[in-house]
Amino acid sequence: MATKSKARVALLIATRKGAFMLSSDSLRRDWKLSAPIMLGNIVHHIVLDPRDRRTILMAARTGHLGPTVFRSADFGKKWKEAEKPPAFPKAEEGQKGLVLDHVFWLAPAHASEAGAWYAGSSPQGLFRSEDEGTSWEGVAGFNQNPMRETWTGGERDGTPDGPKMHSILIDPRDPNHMYIGMSSGGVFESRNKGVSWKPLNQGCAADFIPIPDPEYGHDPHCVRLHPLMPDRLYQQNHCGIYRMERAEGRWIRIGKNMPKKVGDIGFPLALHPRDPDTVWVFPMDGTAVWPRTSPEGKPAAYVTRNAGKTWKRQDNGLPSSQAWWTVKRQAMTADTRDPVGIYFATTSGEVWGTRNEGERWTCLARHLPHVYSVEVAEF
Amino acid sequence: MKVFVPTPLRSYTREESVVEGSGSSLAELLADMDRRYPGFRFRIIDEQDGIRQHIKIFVNQEQAGTLKAPLRSSDEIHIICALSGGSDFRPQTSDIRPQTNPPWV
Repeated sequence: MATKSKARVALLIATRKGAFMLSSDSLRRDWKLSAPIMLGNIVHHIVLDPRDRRTILMAARTGHLGPTVFRSADFGKKWKEAEKPPAFPKAEEGQKGLVLDHVFWLAPAHASEAGAWYAGSSPQGLFRSEDEGTSWEGVAGFNQNPMRETWTGGERDGTPDGPKMHSILIDPRDPNHMYIGMSSGGVFESRNKGVSWKPLNQGCAADFIPIPDPEYGHDPHCVRLHPLMPDRLYQQNHCGIYRMERAEGRWIRIGKNMPKKVGDIGFPLALHPRDPDTVWVFPMDGTAVWPRTSPEGKPAAYVTRNAGKTWKRQDNGLPSSQAWWTVKRQAMTADTRDPVGIYFATTSGEVWGTRNEGERWTCLARHLPHVYSVEVAEF
Repeated sequence: MKVFVPTPLRSYTREESVVEGSGSSLAELLADMDRRYPGFRFRIIDEQDGIRQHIKIFVNQEQAGTLKAPLRSSDEIHIICALSGGSDFRPQTSDIRPQTNPPWV
């Protein structure tokens, strides 16, 4: 259901040097940037709780200090650190234990579980809080699973910024049914609230692994589940763009229908809140040494309105040349207004938005630090 | 004993740069610090009791390698925020001296 037109939209922006809020008027025409929040902190994710529309959680660390989670109960006015941040279990004497480098992903749990959240970490770990992010416990079914290291490839097999758990997706029909994405590791599914997990990567390429059709070890960059059609999943992967109808259990490479000279490599993927067939991606150059910049220096979003059969380029308002952007996996999102607003941000510190589903883009902020993530907060 | 606190940790010590702590080992001292200043310890010590990569702890002029380092009440403890960011350079022990404001930060 579309949010009432009087609702205001704010963007919660996580950067390498702190967080920011970019707030709009009700028409999404004028935008105002806040002062930095926790300036100097490395903030990977900042997320509003859609269940109360006032609690915000923020995953942070600094260059020197270890990882933690901050919580605001008043929409970002005051912040309080978690009393028990996410951490792996202490290893027995003589054993090597995991050390959490940073919290990468924050996700509210099911709508029926007020105050409950999940966190995904680097290296790959899953944590849950029952008290609005004040204290966190590891999900033992993943973190202490004897297959964990095999699934993930260990700490050396990840992104240049460390291996990550991301895309923690909760089935809106069932709080016990969830998915996770891991770079590396692939997509995994649990039907018992994380007690046990099964890989869900059939049909997805992993051309960096010398094994045909591996069961796990893939590199999903961003996985999304459509809230109105929870058995439909999309993912932007290291090896293309995919859709899965869960009953079929097999990823279909819908990125094959993208223009050949653009390709189907990228980090983020955003969904239309009411139309499960409409998806936006932001392609990057994944050729040769993987520049991870806009192909040919010409940034553009691509939208499909038929679940990936065809794609349309959307670059009206974006630079037409010499713009070598990188848009990271958490840095593209959509609001629930009608027409839908789409937003993305770059590692060079620009935030762009459209209030007409990609027909025209406008730069909403620039000169920010390296942006890791953008999330919509509607209130 | 006196504990010298670097600027990134002073939000925990109510902006005090030097605080008092007690313990017969570094582990005990840090447990005491965490009681006085909740959350302090995990920011500099990881869940496997390792000193975090960009944190150095000196007991007087000697760098402590583990939390087992014994302490006397007359010791001075310097918590140093060493190199962080800018490059992948990893400082050697010989690069680090206890200073309030390391010049490379």
